[in-house]
Amino acid sequence: MAVSRRIPADHGLNFRMFLTGLFLVLLYALLIGVLIKVGIGLGFVLVIAGGMLFVQYWFSDKIALFGMGGHVVSAEQEPELHAVVDRLCALADMKKPRVAVAEVDMPNAFATGRNPKNAVVCATRGIMRRLDEPELEAVLAHELSHVAHRDVAVMTIASFLGMVAGMITRFTLYAGMFGGFGNDNNNSQGALIELAVLVVSAIVYAVSFLLTMALSRYRELAADRSGAILIGRPSVLASALVKVTGELARIPTRDLRAAEHFNAFYFSPALSNGTSLSSLFSTHPPLQKRLDQLAKLEAEMNAS
Amino acid sequence: MGLLDALRGKTKPVKANLDALFALPAAAVTLQATAGVVPTGHAGVCFKPPAGQPFAQMQADLEQLLRSDASGTADAPDKAASVRDVSDKYGYRWILVEADDIDDLVTRVHMVHSSLEDAGWSTQLLCSVFGFRPGGTDGNGETDGIESITRTVFLVYLAKQGTFYPFAPLDTEQRDNELELRIRGMIGDDLPIEKDLARWFPLWGLPVE
Repeated sequence: MAVSRRIPADHGLNFRMFLTGLFLVLLYALLIGVLIKVGIGLGFVLVIAGGMLFVQYWFSDKIALFGMGGHVVSAEQEPELHAVVDRLCALADMKKPRVAVAEVDMPNAFATGRNPKNAVVCATRGIMRRLDEPELEAVLAHELSHVAHRDVAVMTIASFLGMVAGMITRFTLYAGMFGGFGNDNNNSQGALIELAVLVVSAIVYAVSFLLTMALSRYRELAADRSGAILIGRPSVLASALVKVTGELARIPTRDLRAAEHFNAFYFSPALSNGTSLSSLFSTHPPLQKRLDQLAKLEAEMNAS
Repeated sequence: MGLLDALRGKTKPVKANLDALFALPAAAVTLQATAGVVPTGHAGVCFKPPAGQPFAQMQADLEQLLRSDASGTADAPDKAASVRDVSDKYGYRWILVEADDIDDLVTRVHMVHSSLEDAGWSTQLLCSVFGFRPGGTDGNGETDGIESITRTVFLVYLAKQGTFYPFAPLDTEQRDNELELRIRGMIGDDLPIEKDLARWFPLWGLPVE
């Protein structure tokens, strides 16, 4: 295929993403195995965690829009924004998502919705004011890639395990605190099992959290890549990233903390992280890593 | 795009679907007969130019090719090759071609399409636009039918979908939706019309006459 000749696939990124997913699945199996072994009320936990995640997944568009104060805009209200999205969707042959604007000055954009049919792409007033047209287009191409990659579904499923493990940790902890760890002598074995469940699920919780964050960072890189290829100009996306993250650093912290919960959907996270340890816990790759990838892509397009 | 590709976070750039273009001359005949509009002889191919020297070189070669072709046509050997290249405010570029005959026009647009495709850049194609103007006098002037159209209209060919839609702009960033739907009714049998009306996006200030 001519396309792959022009822009080679990034096998490294695919491999890392696959590996992360594989570890998550293995963890799932391990946790469920342990739970079945000790006979915990697995069904109960799964139903509750599943229910909560389902709500999050099904109403992801409404939750995120509500959280950010975004409102869906018509083509008459925002003709320029719609014109850009129209063209990108025709270019990528995808269904046009709803377009929303959040009336906040923080420069950011996000995409949400459980599937491409129910997707919403939202830009804040702040990002529309700060970026020029090509840069805004690049950001929207990145968000449309999230929609095409079904990232809401992927991340919801990926975080399911972490949620289950977290709930079990809390349940057994409370049960242990209030019921006492084996106050009956003849039940000391039961106490040991409870303790083991606590330890295992706490470890699973921690590891799955790290894996989910890693997966999220890979999805960001994948969206950067697809978005840059769609508009054909990686450097424009890079300049938008620099502008937005540079601007973010100058905004008072309190506003940013208030928005931290919605980081997973964002174009760039509201809190920047400098140290290498915090990069393990972040939903987005460090700016330098994203810029490096885009620079590499730009070089590939020039070379062929 | 397959579900598997989506889950792997890989969007394959979509290649263009260019074959439906050749249905256009038949639709032009229908439009002239039922509404009294004729092709303006102008068309434009709209694409997203990617960064890098390979694409710039390809485009330069292509325009050279078009010019040599236009000067050599049998019906108008003296007519200067008219290939223009303009950028619009959304960062898309247009290659504008002219030909008196709709068949020649389609051939030239197809030449642009297939050159991009052969070079591996059909992923960058957005659409191609053909102009039509009122001009019933060209054919049988007396039968300006009841459905006669009195303003310039455009047929837009969506490269990725392989479908057409009519675009009838008014003066001030308004469009005549009623007329567009009427045109859909007239040529629906000749051309694959884009079914999703959300894809009939407006092309304000398009450089095609």
